[in-house]
Amino acid sequence: MSNEWPLWEVFIRGQHGLNHRHVGSLHAPDAEMAVNNARDVYTRRNEGVSIWVVKSSDITASAPSEKGPLFDPSNSKVYRHPTFFEIPDEVGHM
Amino acid sequence: MYAQMVKTDAARVRSLDEMDPVERAFQERVDAGQKIEPKEWMPEGYRKTLVRQISQHAHSEIVGQLPEGNWITRAPTLERKAILLAKVQDEAGHGLYLYCAAETLGVSRDEMYEQLHSGKAKYSSIFNYPTLTWADIGAIGWLVDGAAIMNQVPLQRCSYGPYSRAMIRICKEESFHQRQGYDALMRMVKGTPAQKAMVQDALNRWWWPSLMMFGPSDDASVHSAQSMAWRIKQNSNDELRQKFVDQTVPQAKYLGLTVPDPDLKWNEEKGGYDFGEPDWEEFFNVIAGNGPCNAERLNARKKAWDDGAWFRDGLTAHANKMADRRTASKIAAE
Amino acid sequence: MELDLKPAVDQSALFAFLVRLGDNALILGHRVSEWCGHSPALEEDIALSNTALDLIGQTQLWLGLAGEIEGQGRSADDLAYLRDGYEFRNILLVERPNGDFGKTLMRQFLFDAWHYLLMKALQNSSERRIAEIAEKAFKEVAYHLERSQDLVIRLGDGTDESHRRMQAALNDLWPYTGELFASDDVEQTLSAAGVIPHPQSLKSGWDEIVSTTLSEATLQKPDDGYMHKGGRRGVHTEHLGFILTEMQFLQRAYPGAVW
Repeated sequence: MSNEWPLWEVFIRGQHGLNHRHVGSLHAPDAEMAVNNARDVYTRRNEGVSIWVVKSSDITASAPSEKGPLFDPSNSKVYRHPTFFEIPDEVGHM
Repeated sequence: MYAQMVKTDAARVRSLDEMDPVERAFQERVDAGQKIEPKEWMPEGYRKTLVRQISQHAHSEIVGQLPEGNWITRAPTLERKAILLAKVQDEAGHGLYLYCAAETLGVSRDEMYEQLHSGKAKYSSIFNYPTLTWADIGAIGWLVDGAAIMNQVPLQRCSYGPYSRAMIRICKEESFHQRQGYDALMRMVKGTPAQKAMVQDALNRWWWPSLMMFGPSDDASVHSAQSMAWRIKQNSNDELRQKFVDQTVPQAKYLGLTVPDPDLKWNEEKGGYDFGEPDWEEFFNVIAGNGPCNAERLNARKKAWDDGAWFRDGLTAHANKMADRRTASKIAAE
Repeated sequence: MELDLKPAVDQSALFAFLVRLGDNALILGHRVSEWCGHSPALEEDIALSNTALDLIGQTQLWLGLAGEIEGQGRSADDLAYLRDGYEFRNILLVERPNGDFGKTLMRQFLFDAWHYLLMKALQNSSERRIAEIAEKAFKEVAYHLERSQDLVIRLGDGTDESHRRMQAALNDLWPYTGELFASDDVEQTLSAAGVIPHPQSLKSGWDEIVSTTLSEATLQKPDDGYMHKGGRRGVHTEHLGFILTEMQFLQRAYPGAVW
């Protein structure tokens, strides 16, 4: 599992000249292949579109919105803690 | 449905008063129709339930490629071949979108595959039935996609942002799937007696498994109640099944087909059809791995994964080499 | 005054050439579509299906035009589904079994490099309808080549195992590449009339693409030894019969039925 291709976020600017927009994600071994895959997966080959890809792990995100509950900041970090995501047996009942 | 009988870990649905302030604020946002996004606080049960539901949905998409994929090389015309291939390709795309949505909850695609391959994770019961004739391809588009759409359209309003957005994209792309199936059947029932018989045979075999897709009645299920409170499920199984029957029976009549249910009749009072009970014993058997194609489907997925390991590793190795070479040439240039 | 409206180009040669093009696209598209649902990664499954979809689309155009030129009322579907193996004119390369994913990609690359050059040249065909189809196909094929070439390089220069598999695929498929550049009266007639490039004229461009790619992939280009041929005149390998058995099943089992 350590060999899993990294996850990339895909941004596409269509033919109408609007800003690049986040359309989804995909896996690819490197940036060049991520662009190719994005072209096949998310544009089904439309010509004239511009594609950006960025490694998901390279994205720095703002903190969750203020409109949410005012909780202790450490609460938000619990999801970044690796052990939090260990769910093997229980998920097994899916 | 594509996700059937998803467990929530809930013993009962708690009221707002019973929740601590953080959870209450979360529930109030859900109640107000706001979207919950990946890094925001969420109850652990909510996260786990979503992972189960979304991954089950994703598995159903990629296992669902197999029964229809069987007929790509046997499609009767070039146009039908292209349409079917595009549809099965869409299913791969939908699986991909859904795995990515689940990945925002902290589980990797490879882990989800592992759960599928080990038999721990489930996928929709419907894909364990065989596609025996070309009419089955039409029947799947009409009935199976029809049933899936019943569930997927409301899921676009699901409380979890990434799942909701994936469903919006999926529903948009899937709009042609049901129509192409029905269109193929319309063509066939207007054709030779043999073609029409083939369509009736397909309906006979797919009708009950399609009704089972919605899962057993969940009116008494605490899991369904909890999922509804979290807005990751919008309608009860019986509600959707009724809607499906009401929509589909007239379509069957239009095709000149007989729905294989002696108890089927219009109920003026409720403004819908009364219909018989699916064989739930069969359903639970299929879920438990005893369906006609469970072994083939799972083996096909495992084989694709195992046979492809060298390919995935080869590309990873190349990407690493290139990264190393870039670093080396940078250092050399300094 | 009556003008002589006799077509300038030999129509039977044109038909024969279009069937060759259409059959290549049909059989390769069929082979590639066998992967749908079975590829090593979802992203590849989707990408390869796009290639198969392009090829099926090209089949409809080439065989459709062939039927028109023939003038006997045969549609693209009639040509695809109602001819027997000896009437098929695809080269043997495209009917080779898929093998592992690497072999499929190697076959695709060897074909794409040729297909790319051919479509590029056919855009200048003196036959307007051929030029039009080639223009559409060229865009698709350029992308097929970009992708298959990239993957051949990556897998050749990947792990020891991926390198070994790609070299084995190359060695296995190489004897089927000679037929790409074969020619007979059909090509002689049509290239003389400016309808198509002479097949041999594509050889140096193909050699260059293949050599560059293989060297970047750290793969050894096999020596040009014996080259298999026969598909272009209807003498196929045993594989084609099974492809057609599957592909034509419904049309053969239910003659005259409309789908």
